Amino acid sequence: MIHDFGIVWSERNLLLSGLGNTTILSVLSAAAALLIAFVLTPALMSKQQWLAGIVRGFVDGMRCVPFLLFAYIVYYGLPSVGLRLDNWTSGLVALTIYNAAYMAEILRGAWAAQPREPIEAGIAFGFSNLGLFRRIVLPPLLLAAGPVIGNQMIQIIKDSAFLTIIALPELTHAASSIQSRHYVPFAAFITAVFLYWGLCLVIEAGVSSIDRLAMARR
Amino acid sequence: MADGSKVLDVAGVSKRFGDLEVLSDISFQVAKGETVCVLGPSGSGKSTLLRCINWLERPDAGQIYLTGTEIGVTGAGIVMSDRELSRLRTRIGMVFQHFALWPHLTVLQNLMEAPIQVQKRPSAEVRDEALALLAKVGLSDKRDAFPAKLSGGQKQRVGIARALAMRPDLLLFDEPTSALDPELVGEVLVVMRELAHEGMTMVVVTHEMGFARDAATRILFLDRGRVVETAPPERFFSAPETERARQFIQRYAGHVANGGCRT
Repeated sequence: MIHDFGIVWSERNLLLSGLGNTTILSVLSAAAALLIAFVLTPALMSKQQWLAGIVRGFVDGMRCVPFLLFAYIVYYGLPSVGLRLDNWTSGLVALTIYNAAYMAEILRGAWAAQPREPIEAGIAFGFSNLGLFRRIVLPPLLLAAGPVIGNQMIQIIKDSAFLTIIALPELTHAASSIQSRHYVPFAAFITAVFLYWGLCLVIEAGVSSIDRLAMARR
Repeated sequence: MADGSKVLDVAGVSKRFGDLEVLSDISFQVAKGETVCVLGPSGSGKSTLLRCINWLERPDAGQIYLTGTEIGVTGAGIVMSDRELSRLRTRIGMVFQHFALWPHLTVLQNLMEAPIQVQKRPSAEVRDEALALLAKVGLSDKRDAFPAKLSGGQKQRVGIARALAMRPDLLLFDEPTSALDPELVGEVLVVMRELAHEGMTMVVVTHEMGFARDAATRILFLDRGRVVETAPPERFFSAPETERARQFIQRYAGHVANGGCRT
């Protein structure tokens, strides 16, 4: 058994590059998903029924699709309608769009729970449109939603493992290569599990520092 | 027609919510330096009137002028852009019943936010002025605290300082002491009296009869969305003209007549 882990250790460069790629994929797609949610959420909250309806349809629909299936559609399905993306682009696009729906719903929930008066004060003090959203609405929203957004980031990290099926060289893909090359499934996969765990601990640390900011204001 | 010598001119404003007529044909003017207290039973439309003045609610009819300039719609009936409306709103300070401070900003940042972000004034100047305003409302030591850590009375004094930081032509108060514990009402009224005394132009919706009696220059008495009576406070409280006002004073302000007003 120790010997198996020795083999995994000898392949550490492969694992670390997998970990690096998983991190890049997760961070980029989480950031992009959050940015898209900044646009989707005001649309969800819009008084324009048609706009809110369309976005609501997207958000609800997306959340009902299994991620694996969605990744298949983006990578294998889109070429048949003439849109061919390489595996990195497909992976990023799939993770981003899929999670933008979740992020939008998270922010909508937090927004609905915010008191109305501070926002009204923003309007009364001359804020409007983008300035109102950016300076008055968004900051308390992010503080309130911080833990749930962190939770979703962990979900993104785990979803990124599915991208091994489109041959993206991320952490699960690396572990799987090591096991098939050396027949050490337990050692390879357990090591990957611990590396995922370490990544999630970093997210947790980020969440608790946001939480400290929020606590000071509560 | 608009009278430029008045800070505020409300001309024939009406507002309905569905079938309910909340305000009907309200007209009054406020001259520079006046403190007008709007009194009336709950549901008489006082807060809605205040919210119509800066177009937080859009009036269904009538016109509002700030120093002679139309707010919300032009004389030709064209509704203003958000940008134009926002620019006018920066000239009207508002103090809210539930304080409505921005929870993510410190006290000092609450005061500086709109002058810097909206009015685009230089931050050093805004900061000096904000610090002076905090000293004025007695909260210099709380400048770096977050609103959640303050008492209700302190929050409302920050709310007033925040409104003053905009250098407004007019201050609106929407029941500024209604959400406060009784023992905290006094510290807020002290600040408001001082402002009235300094000649700030204010419209105050309140249930504080003591304040209305000795700080107001004029009382506007509303009932069921109409201005029923308007008079200087001495006359309003001692010799109201209408039966409705008489009943109101007896019910809400009986203790004032007995000299038991709280300040």
